[in-house]
Amino acid sequence: MSEKKGLLKRLAEGQVWTSIFRGGGVPKSRRQRMMVILNSVFLHLHPVRLPKHAVKLKFTWCMGGLSFFLFLILTISGILLMFYYRPTIEYAYVDIIDLAEQVPFGIMREIHRWGAHAMVITVWLHMFRVFMTGSYKPPREFNWAVGVILLLLTLLLSFTGYLLPWDQLAIWAITVGSNMARATPFLGSEGPGAALLAIGDINFVTMASDVRFALIGGRFLGEATLLRFYVLHCIGLPFIIMIFMAVHFWRIRKDGGISTPM
Amino acid sequence: MPEANKKKSVAVPPASPPPAALGKTNAGSEVTRRSFFSWLSIGWIAFVAATGGFFTMMLRFFYPNVLFEPVQTFRAGYPEDYQVGEVDLRWKGKYGTWVVRESEGIYALSTVCTHLGCTPNWLSAEQKFKCPCHGSGFRKTGINFEGPAPRPLERFRIVLADDGQIIVDKTKKFQQEKGQWVDPEAFLKV
Repeated sequence: MSEKKGLLKRLAEGQVWTSIFRGGGVPKSRRQRMMVILNSVFLHLHPVRLPKHAVKLKFTWCMGGLSFFLFLILTISGILLMFYYRPTIEYAYVDIIDLAEQVPFGIMREIHRWGAHAMVITVWLHMFRVFMTGSYKPPREFNWAVGVILLLLTLLLSFTGYLLPWDQLAIWAITVGSNMARATPFLGSEGPGAALLAIGDINFVTMASDVRFALIGGRFLGEATLLRFYVLHCIGLPFIIMIFMAVHFWRIRKDGGISTPM
Repeated sequence: MPEANKKKSVAVPPASPPPAALGKTNAGSEVTRRSFFSWLSIGWIAFVAATGGFFTMMLRFFYPNVLFEPVQTFRAGYPEDYQVGEVDLRWKGKYGTWVVRESEGIYALSTVCTHLGCTPNWLSAEQKFKCPCHGSGFRKTGINFEGPAPRPLERFRIVLADDGQIIVDKTKKFQQEKGQWVDPEAFLKV
């Protein structure tokens, strides 16, 4: 009567395991396997089952998955870099040099940099693939819009990270890039309509009060810009992109699973 | 009496009953459908106002009251401090201004390239400003002649103070393409 149970089986039926993973031990039936997915906050974002032909590499290029994989790499390597990098004019550049030359595994910074380049490429290719396979069509049109926001956030993460080494390339690239914000209609000091918001000689949209100022924290690039970009790069944008990513993955399941070849 | 009170909510009854929150329910404090909706709308209006107020605060938060930047208007010494025919670089780093002395007078050029906003270098051998970012070139006057820059460099307001010192005022710009360089404050005659 008393059969000797294996260690794995006893673990799977023990209280610790069953309290974390609902569904009664090792899933045996198709229904139980489905319940494992649905009962996990992480796995439930993902479809329960995938049609075999839908995950053909030729069809998906795996670009969405690779983008997410690179996002994880960037998050982990980025957090590691934060332990050494100080976002001030005095230290930013030398800390980057330090990270490459003195800190163990100087490749960490390169992983973060090349991973960022790769993620921009995979996100674009993912968008291209979704367009070419028509996967943006109803009922997936909302998820396409979410994807466009994710693309924008990826580019903004790339842009804000660009400044952090605080070398000549970074400073002038962000000078040029942030000058675009001057031309924002109504909100940029040199944009169309900015002159309308004035009383007599007094302009309300000036270099010290326009949208570019909010971005760079000054009339010109400086300490405030570095700090703003650092906070946006490490906290603000990752926070927002993770919310949209959760919606994006969840909607794939809600919109009828991954799109399949016609 | 309770009916009259309901209609004129402004008038406080002389002996008001204890608030319903104390747990004593009576017929007068019963939540009606109408009062529920009016409280609901007041609640929503308060919520939207509080949220809107907070977002306004968030926006304003990004515009500090004090900027730790060099001032916009500065004294640039006396006209005799500048050599005729020279482009003076001493205010370039701090104030983003080149002061150029010609035989008839002095003008202050902005160091911001009119293409995309980098800072050009003054090449005295070639007598031109050359931008390292995309190769725009400007004559000593600020007129663009090569590269992608679409218009000349801007000039700042330049006047003499009472003590004879030069004052450069960066808040007022003069653009050649708008015909503003003929303005007496764009060129200090000495």
